[in-house]
Amino acid sequence: MTTATGTKSRASTPRDKTPDSHDFPTRSYDLVKEFTIALVVVIVLTGGLAAVFSSPDEKSITMSTWANQAPNDLIATAAAELAGTSVSATYGAPYNTNSDGQKLGPLSLQKWGGVRLPVDSAGLVLGPLAAVSGDSTLSSALATWKSATADQQTKWATDYGDALSKAPDGDPTKVATGDYGPVPDMATGLLRLAKTGGLEGILTSSGNFYGGDQTQSLLLLSDGAYLEDQARARNLGGDQWGMMNETGNYPGQPWMWLYTFWYQIPPFSTSDNADAQVWGLMMLLTLLLMFVPFIPGLRSIPRLIPIHRLVWRNYYRRAARR
Amino acid sequence: MTTRTDSPAPGNTNDAGSWTLRLRSRIVGLVPAGQALPDRQPIYVASWIYVFGVLTLAALAVVIISGGLLAIGGVAWWHVSSLGLFVNSLHLWSVELFFGFMVIHLWGKFWMASWRGGRAMTWITGMVLFLTSIGAAFTGYLSQANFASQWISAEAKDGLNSIGVGAFFNVLNPGQMLLWHVVLLPLGVGALTVIHVVLVRRHGVAPPIDAADPSMEKEA
Repeated sequence: MTTATGTKSRASTPRDKTPDSHDFPTRSYDLVKEFTIALVVVIVLTGGLAAVFSSPDEKSITMSTWANQAPNDLIATAAAELAGTSVSATYGAPYNTNSDGQKLGPLSLQKWGGVRLPVDSAGLVLGPLAAVSGDSTLSSALATWKSATADQQTKWATDYGDALSKAPDGDPTKVATGDYGPVPDMATGLLRLAKTGGLEGILTSSGNFYGGDQTQSLLLLSDGAYLEDQARARNLGGDQWGMMNETGNYPGQPWMWLYTFWYQIPPFSTSDNADAQVWGLMMLLTLLLMFVPFIPGLRSIPRLIPIHRLVWRNYYRRAARR
Repeated sequence: MTTRTDSPAPGNTNDAGSWTLRLRSRIVGLVPAGQALPDRQPIYVASWIYVFGVLTLAALAVVIISGGLLAIGGVAWWHVSSLGLFVNSLHLWSVELFFGFMVIHLWGKFWMASWRGGRAMTWITGMVLFLTSIGAAFTGYLSQANFASQWISAEAKDGLNSIGVGAFFNVLNPGQMLLWHVVLLPLGVGALTVIHVVLVRRHGVAPPIDAADPSMEKEA
């Protein structure tokens, strides 16, 4: 059958001798019945899998959980935020200009994105503490902090962070004696606030009753070690195929396997620019697959590896008899 | 209802400047007559591999319906309700099936070189559809409001920030991610699905590699 509306399939290249599909003999084919049966099969499969395996829903980590389960980590994180040495403080775009960020070869793509989500790492501590009332020790510590020079503030916080890293288990009660200014009181104040359950609320609301942006609270949480420790315990680390894994025994996102794969092998597994490099590689591979119809050699692979002869074995058998 | 007998029959008008007529002609001409929902297929369409395209469409329907039910209950519903958890499970497993069927469909079409005969755009729209679906699923994981969302967003931000995308697509903002998940990306998946299926119906199913041209055989 030829088409009456002039939409016969055209050859994509001069060498493409693919005939028009509408010229071939036809056989009865009930598309509606096929879709209906497929829909029933999918509904039954989905319902069965949902009934048997359910779905994972591990509760989120609250700041209160963090403060109670890993108080030393929260104290160290607070000191790092004040010192400007935390991951987010030294991140670069889109949060600040303290680093050029990752590069893809000579391309500073991260930097070019710009600082569109400005985050002051010290503000992750100072902002919530400013909202606390009725704590004279904390009020005094904040007043001392504000009256000090920036260099002095950095020195106090850096020295305290170093002392914490040398203390047994990072225990604040076991740090070496030193001049840490108001930083220990401020860090302890943040710990107390976190234990009350009010920290994430202050960080996410930003003065708005409807807080819907967790950028600051997630940055603070991920600056600590507790979140990553919990994730690694569940095999969700970047070097544990974590980008395609899911909590519990669930399939996760297996369609991300190739993206995840590159993080497991050198040079990506040891590169400071691994994220940009993996993204670049995946973009290249995706473009190759997307435009395979136009790429000589690649587009001939299906012809050279004749899996298609299995698909159309009946057709080829009939054609050979003619 | 009565009809005016003196009105020109469709297509017989000389009103060449009519935008309506041009649009109608364009829509009607998208697919050959009788091919939008044909009851016959070329004889070579006889393999289980052809079923996976339809299975993908069926799974997409279940994904949309289960997602719609979740939307009725709201963001927190499935965390506190056993019925909500079951609906979330339906959504999760239909997504897993959707991707499973789609990947088999994609590789089936690759090994059949189904871009031949002017079908390159069918292949490309399918690939873009696959990528858009990955984005839709990814934002779904970010919108769960649980531990997985926290960890995935904390990790994903580094990847997206490294290429400058994170400045505009903030995975740490679940409000933004939820809107991408339930509005923008489903619209993209839906539109691409329609375009892809129209292209399949427009060009028909790709013939076997090196198949003889039946029109030439008839002439011979």
